[in-house]
Amino acid sequence: MSRIVRIAAGQGFWGDWLEAPRRQVEGGPIDYLMLDYLAEVTMSILQKQMQRDPLAGYARDFITQMEGVLPAVVDRGVRVTANAGGVNPRGCADALLEMARGVAHHDRLRVGVVTGDDLLPRIDELIAAGHELAHMETGAPLSSVRDRVLSANAYVGAGPIMEALARGANVVVTGRCTDTALILAPLMHEFQWPANDWDRLASGIVAGHIIECGAQSTGGNCAYDWSTIPDLENIGFPIVEVAEDGSFVVTKHPGTGGRVDVHGVTEQLVYEMGDPKEYITPDVIADFTTIRIAADGKDRVRVFGVHGAPPTDMLKVSIAYRDGFKAVGTLVYAWPDALAKAKEADRIIRARLANLGLTFDLIHTEYVGATATHGPLATIPDELPEVQLRIGVRGNDRKAIERFTREIAPLVLTGPPGVTGYAGGRPKVEEVVAYWPALVSKNVIRPSVSILTT
Amino acid sequence: MKIRLLDIAHARSGDKGDTANVGLIALRDEWYPILVRYVTRERVAEHFSKVIKGSVERFELPNLLALNFLLHGALGGGGTVTLRTDAQAKVYSTAMLRLVIDVPDAEARAAGLPEYRT
Repeated sequence: MSRIVRIAAGQGFWGDWLEAPRRQVEGGPIDYLMLDYLAEVTMSILQKQMQRDPLAGYARDFITQMEGVLPAVVDRGVRVTANAGGVNPRGCADALLEMARGVAHHDRLRVGVVTGDDLLPRIDELIAAGHELAHMETGAPLSSVRDRVLSANAYVGAGPIMEALARGANVVVTGRCTDTALILAPLMHEFQWPANDWDRLASGIVAGHIIECGAQSTGGNCAYDWSTIPDLENIGFPIVEVAEDGSFVVTKHPGTGGRVDVHGVTEQLVYEMGDPKEYITPDVIADFTTIRIAADGKDRVRVFGVHGAPPTDMLKVSIAYRDGFKAVGTLVYAWPDALAKAKEADRIIRARLANLGLTFDLIHTEYVGATATHGPLATIPDELPEVQLRIGVRGNDRKAIERFTREIAPLVLTGPPGVTGYAGGRPKVEEVVAYWPALVSKNVIRPSVSILTT
Repeated sequence: MKIRLLDIAHARSGDKGDTANVGLIALRDEWYPILVRYVTRERVAEHFSKVIKGSVERFELPNLLALNFLLHGALGGGGTVTLRTDAQAKVYSTAMLRLVIDVPDAEARAAGLPEYRT
């Protein structure tokens, strides 16, 4: 029988189920564990943390979760790929090594650190050299928000992770890389797929896309026949069993909850998709219209036939910048006339804000329970047991936003009756961090890899 | 005959910047051509006309019995900027499933489509 590489996903975003990584290494045989922590704007949060504390700037959950995973790494040879490094991969690796010193056989740990994605220190140099870093949708040059930029990171591909694995790393910590590279790199390393074998590379990308969001491919957030999906409290995270030809089976450990079927995997395939013919990554362009998918027994789905094409010579850059402030406040109005009372409260708040001479870029009101999420597409029943008034403001004047946060609670004694649910206190003022997607030439990004031990 | 998408398809949605994507998947093989024919770009744009600010794009994935829609200007500026409850377009999927299409009776019966009665 031909060789199979098993890659398990243990984290679909920073804040995902803490138990999942340990369950993935203990629940059955796997070769690799991939952990994805980085959403579009996570880097800016981490950048802010590092400004306050130079030792921070990475996903701290990773260190906690690795305590449960390390025995499998040093004793059983499971290897880990994780983008937990955030804006400080070296700091993340140091924290991991520090924690590992208390674990038996820690001398077997080899941590590969991938850096070079962080463009924050290089922005001016890049702009001076003619790289506009224009907004991918609006076309505006980055110089228009330059002084407000918080973080800038290139999405690096599989190359440097493969290099770390080839140099013997059993845990690879990266900063910003594509989520799918965390899966593609182990496959290219294990099978020695040529870097221009577009179809097999594309298959690796599809495998990555299916498992990178964790349990969303094993029954979590699954719309298809959701009420019959068993044992979600015990949900198994996804595993791909990949063959040398790139075809693979999506499954999960025996005895875990959830469900792996064609319907759920298809839902995950179309999640966050753009043009399905061009799923662009730094390593290959995958054509999702070529994917073949078939049931392969209980909790097993086979995926094959994927085609790919050469990538572009650009890398995507994820930039975050400060864009004013916001706050959201809520109150709950109960029957009778819940919605009418909530609407009257909204009118009063807006009038008081106007009388104070405060202006905002936006005041946004929703009535939760009376179609906050579907808007005019939904119809509202005549009698509602309660409605949550949810009112938010956004603008550049922090003082105005602060003042707004003082205008919610007074409604309890100065507005319509039947109001409650204000125990949470004043809303918090948050800085708005906006997202600026851009492209940069591959040849200006120079990832580097180092290997650290205890 | 009136057919509601909830009864013939399932869906998942997500965000990219200020754009929502909705993947719409036929519940049965024989219903995919119905989706292709009647859930047009124009029909979806009309459905969401009071909800989104931008245009609609549609892509076909016959291999997955799926259509992918991009709804531009759908998130009040994008995930971190927006004041909306559904900041990341997670429930645009179910908003899509509210769409009711008109299918000629003979064609609807031949495909075994469940009629939607209000």
